[in-house]
Amino acid sequence: MNIQIPDHPRTLAEKVWDDHLVVKGEDGQPDLIYIDLHLVHEVTSPQAFDGLRAEGRPVRRLDLTIATEDHNTPTLEIDKPIADLTSRTQIETLRRNAAEFGVRLHSLGDKEQGIVHVVGPQLGLTMPGVTVVCGDSHTSTHGAFGAMAFGIGTSEVEHVLATQTLPLKPFKTMAITVEGTLREGVSAKDIILAIIAKIGANGGQGYVLEFRGSAIRALSMEGRMTMCNMSIEAGARAGMIAPDETTFAYLKGRPHAPEGQDWDDAVAYWRTLPSDEGAVYDAEVFLDADELEPFVTWGTNPGQGVSLSGVVPAPADFTDPNERAAAERALEYMDLVPGTPLKDVPVDAVFMGSCTNSRIEDLRQFASIVRGRTKAEGVRVMVVPGSARVRLEAEAEGLDKVFVDFGAEWRFAGCSMCLGMNPDQLAPGERCASTSNRNFEGRQGKGGRTHLVSPLVAAATAVLGRLASPGDLVAQGPAEAHSPVDANSPVEA
Amino acid sequence: MDKFSTHTGIAAPLKRSAVDTDQIIPAVYLKRVTKTGFEDALFANWRQDPEFLLNQPTFAAASVLVAGPDFGTGSSREHAVWALRDYGFRVVLSPKFADIFRGNAGKQGLVTGVISESDLEAIWAAIDAQPGISMTVDLEAREARIGDLRVAFEIDDYTRWRLLEGLDDIGLTLRNEQAIAQFEARREAWRPRTLPVR
Ligand code: SF4
Repeated sequence: MNIQIPDHPRTLAEKVWDDHLVVKGEDGQPDLIYIDLHLVHEVTSPQAFDGLRAEGRPVRRLDLTIATEDHNTPTLEIDKPIADLTSRTQIETLRRNAAEFGVRLHSLGDKEQGIVHVVGPQLGLTMPGVTVVCGDSHTSTHGAFGAMAFGIGTSEVEHVLATQTLPLKPFKTMAITVEGTLREGVSAKDIILAIIAKIGANGGQGYVLEFRGSAIRALSMEGRMTMCNMSIEAGARAGMIAPDETTFAYLKGRPHAPEGQDWDDAVAYWRTLPSDEGAVYDAEVFLDADELEPFVTWGTNPGQGVSLSGVVPAPADFTDPNERAAAERALEYMDLVPGTPLKDVPVDAVFMGSCTNSRIEDLRQFASIVRGRTKAEGVRVMVVPGSARVRLEAEAEGLDKVFVDFGAEWRFAGCSMCLGMNPDQLAPGERCASTSNRNFEGRQGKGGRTHLVSPLVAAATAVLGRLASPGDLVAQGPAEAHSPVDANSPVEA
Repeated sequence: MDKFSTHTGIAAPLKRSAVDTDQIIPAVYLKRVTKTGFEDALFANWRQDPEFLLNQPTFAAASVLVAGPDFGTGSSREHAVWALRDYGFRVVLSPKFADIFRGNAGKQGLVTGVISESDLEAIWAAIDAQPGISMTVDLEAREARIGDLRVAFEIDDYTRWRLLEGLDDIGLTLRNEQAIAQFEARREAWRPRTLPVR
């Protein structure tokens, strides 16, 4: 079959799409798109495998499929049987299915086990110009490499296992341009939280977002992954960032990265991927990085965020009646009073982890703030690496000691307190500064209250016991112990 | 998915309207990790009642369900179709179906035929007159036959074609097997491979 490559200027997303067209859909039918990499975990795969079994179908491409255990896994005593029955059944089912069908699986205790979106990139499987799917919405993470990566449902998981393709209708594209230089203490997480607050938790619906501009180019791969990870929180199907030298340097030498001639061929192709001059997007958004401050959410969706130096908004601040009603409900759930400075809000827990921020660089950032300090009294601090390999790396650098000396719990890899599906949960009414991606009601445990923040803000918050940015610590000096701070007393010297 | 052309089996009259997916399969069964074996979950709450239709020996082996209007409303769970299919139903006839339920059914080999309210009453009457009577559902002709009664049902062309051909979504995609294989043959060597592990 002959697929015509259009000669008009194209966006990154269009190029990747065009290069995966197996069959062009006619008369409003979807295109058939080839999938380069299928990531599998225990929650959304059981029924897919059962469907294959019922129809006597094999997995078409075992060599493009890889599985790991993450959502249900405990992060303590990982050698003991999993206590929760549903969790244990899901994990055991994945193990049985992987063995029966021949899928490569990294189980709890294995050094490549971890959150599926941390494992793919660290193995060098995620690369520019490929298509990646997984039965998980945060698959958008992989777009940081210039891949087209998106979450799918269980019937689609079965479809990909059986055919290595998906029937899909093209997405719209939205360019999000971030120009300027981030201030000290401001990071990728703050950019994406600010973008979501700007366009809204549904603002990206139906779009593939492409992040671009000087502030994005300056980000590390970890920072880019944080951005793309949260594209889905703006309702987008995927997020993408054009590959560049930073991308190539990150990939080079990883276990599954191409080598020799393959590497050269790949890089030559990857350099053709960035959007062409004059390519047309369906929508455009601009953000000034110079102005950005550390960001924090105050509500129960990721779009309900403000600068950390601001105050809790009042429902009356919102002109849209739906937004106003949502704010009212959120403030009640979050137990916050309009007008309260966010820096006066005390927390019970700090969670440093999840596929948004649990890579080695995230842990280094957290460590850079807490090193030589002691956590605020009464605050529970959990540091959970995204993968067993990140855990090993951190330990090799001595970060585990920094965390433990600080008073934090140093855990094994997994989704952990990102969602209440494993033993790591908030108690009802507990308030948490979390580096994860969703602040929905009950997400971190029934009745738990979540403030989404960056690793730097999480660290400063763990030191002071209330929402804080690294700048708030300066007056405190680096190495002394700190007593908990009364939420109402000013801290800045 | 098996091809469907004509099916003959016992018709069961479910004399209720607005049967939602929570009634078809209660939420507690959604925790399962399989896509098959949901026969015990079908109408689980109603089956607690010994008088319930499917608990009557006459209808226990029914394979055609003739239900009141608005069948399959509520949550979009595909499990509702799995439960009907696993129990042994091949066809549901009703004057009106919820769209999502109907879409799911077509993908799983369950025929959903729309009949008129008056035909519904006529079918129910025919079953009441002779409980355990068989019904023949002819998908090709879009017609259901029970005793002397012949009833036309509606089903859209595309779904009907898929059912006649026995094509689920995957089967449909695999009709492009040649194109997929050709695409695979020209994929570059640098693209990711999870195996072998080096
Ligand atoms: S860390 Fe959280 S968001 Fe990421 S895959 Fe796990 S549960 Fe999903």
